[in-house]
Amino acid sequence: MSGGSALIRRRYWTTRRRDQLTAYVFITPALFGSLVFVFLPLVLVVWYSLHEWNVLADTFNFVGAENYRKLADDPNVPAVLRATAFFSIGLVVLNLALALLLAVLLNQKLRGTTVFRVLFFSPVVVSLLAWTIVWGFLLQDNGGINGLLDTIGIDGPNWLRSGGTAMASVVVVQVFKNVGLNMVLFLAALQGVPQDLYEAARTDGASPWTIFRRITLPLISPTILLTSIITVVGSLQVFAQISVLTQGGPGTSTTVLVYYLYQQAFQFHAFGYGATLSVLLFLIVLALTVLQWQMRKRWVFHEH
Amino acid sequence: MRRLLSGIATAALLCSLAACGGGDDAGSDGPITLRMTTWSANPAHVQLFDSIAAEYKTSHPDVTVKFDALPIDNYTTTVTTQIAGGNAPDIAWILEGSAPDFVASGALEPLDDSIENAADLAPAATALWKQDGKLMAYPFSTSPFGVFVNTDLLKQAGVTLPTDWTWENAVAAASTVAAKTGKQGLVVRDFDYKDWTNLATVFRGWGAEAWSADGKTCGFDQQPMVDAMTFLHKAIFTGKALPAPGVAADFFAGESAMTIAQISRTSLLEEDGFGWTLVPLPAGPSGEYSVIGQGGLGVLKKGKNASAAAEFVKFFTSPANSEKLAQFFPPPRQSQLTAQTLAKANPLLKPEQLQNVVIDGIADGVVKPSHTGSAEINQAVRAGLDPLWKPGADVPAVLKGVCTAITPLLAK
Repeated sequence: MSGGSALIRRRYWTTRRRDQLTAYVFITPALFGSLVFVFLPLVLVVWYSLHEWNVLADTFNFVGAENYRKLADDPNVPAVLRATAFFSIGLVVLNLALALLLAVLLNQKLRGTTVFRVLFFSPVVVSLLAWTIVWGFLLQDNGGINGLLDTIGIDGPNWLRSGGTAMASVVVVQVFKNVGLNMVLFLAALQGVPQDLYEAARTDGASPWTIFRRITLPLISPTILLTSIITVVGSLQVFAQISVLTQGGPGTSTTVLVYYLYQQAFQFHAFGYGATLSVLLFLIVLALTVLQWQMRKRWVFHEH
Repeated sequence: MRRLLSGIATAALLCSLAACGGGDDAGSDGPITLRMTTWSANPAHVQLFDSIAAEYKTSHPDVTVKFDALPIDNYTTTVTTQIAGGNAPDIAWILEGSAPDFVASGALEPLDDSIENAADLAPAATALWKQDGKLMAYPFSTSPFGVFVNTDLLKQAGVTLPTDWTWENAVAAASTVAAKTGKQGLVVRDFDYKDWTNLATVFRGWGAEAWSADGKTCGFDQQPMVDAMTFLHKAIFTGKALPAPGVAADFFAGESAMTIAQISRTSLLEEDGFGWTLVPLPAGPSGEYSVIGQGGLGVLKKGKNASAAAEFVKFFTSPANSEKLAQFFPPPRQSQLTAQTLAKANPLLKPEQLQNVVIDGIADGVVKPSHTGSAEINQAVRAGLDPLWKPGADVPAVLKGVCTAITPLLAK
């Protein structure tokens, strides 16, 4: 061993390079995970969408854009997209409005607010399936909800089996399930609003509504953006609720995109077309997220 | 969902890298394990299967057979997903609804050399499972539908079982019992306003068919179906003889007066439970008829040990084992379709019940509707029928809508 080569090695392994190597070693497991479980499947799904893949018949034939043509001509797709939009918009609007309302109410310095916070948050930790199955029983024609309505003389509809109420019922079940999470995020944001701003506004004689609109809303707008992105993306992935409560019916009124994708791929054995639908879903999620991110420049307040 | 699909995609890819899921018999030296997927986790069934597998092991010490019970709701979906993931079962039960898909797809090994004394099989039982004259799956269960009646509930309501057993009278009796006892009248089991194929047990009484025998013409908008569905609609919403949509009622828990179910459901009755009897389906305007539900047993080409699996199927379906299985699953073997054989296996049923419902049922029965691409067609029919299940529905218009929805699918 000559001192020269040791010198060269020392020069190569500078602190900077060592740090870089360490960093790469640390992120390797996560990087490997995202490559194998996120990026690779994403590429494969696009590849599958160019094929006709029937598992039973064991066929896997390249058909080019055939599945995309089928998507454009599929008479079910407009209804499916309408149902998806209805669910997402209904869920986001109801969920955010209710979460914000609850957060504002529970942000008061009153006795017992902690109890209510726990109460509203607890559905978030309940298993999604258990929650949905129990609601399925409650919403039956002779179930708990209609039994309750009956005591005050109202003949309730068959919630999950009539076209007008099925989707609304699924939305409400999902809102109650997750409203607590957004409520907690809003609560944290509300408590981060500096009190001196409120005091100054009150001194200037601002009404409570003006204070809410001019001070509270702008200061919690980053949280509104975050919760709306999370809720929109989550709403597009709704599956278990549909599968348990309505199986896409009555008619196709609750067949949202993910459920339709499941039917095509796993029930009708058309994996290629199912992959095409998931590409569509991916593009929709991507477009909405980009849109929301762009909109933040217009209406999200940043302190710095 | 996208994540689930990706997971499967990845599994499929990893599998192809590892070269698993091959269809050849490279592993026939040394011990092998065969996996048979079923939809029955009933302990009595499992015990019988295990004892047959144990007996097989005495002559084939290298072969272990595992029975993998999957939930029936997603049975076909689960099996096809396993096939897609390179983890195909060696032997699979097949529901009659997906029989045409499995039989026509080429996914199954022909079984002609794997069935002892195949001439004994009733032609009505094997029709659905043949492709170009070859038996692709063995109909291990050919179970006719009958009407189970809760005689205690009828007595409580002061109703006697009509001797003139027609749909008109059956529905009237069900309606009276429902009104007087507060329980439900007649339940078409597993229909639940979703799996409409079970309604074949009703509409065949009017001579109605979901589609023509060649599978190409829709039958929903034709007069017999319109008449049958009008009758059914009236029975549900005017006579309240059947539970309304979304109302759950289990006959076997004593919650309804009657139920249309397969005779294999007899095992759900308790010895010291309520009084009951079993009668054939009521006669409709077009006379007497019977409907059968089937389960097939097939060897998958994609399984790892197809020839060993076929060997085991030969043993599992042999006359001796068929007789044992007959206590749960009415066999397709004509020599065993006698009241005597069946009585030994079904101590709860009286000889005349066995003769009327089971033996005559299998001889004259028509299997529930099935078609290639049945999952998609069934979904379209279900969605199309949904507007029917409310008071005041326009029956002919709804049925016309069903035909508009499925005609393109029938042509595929």
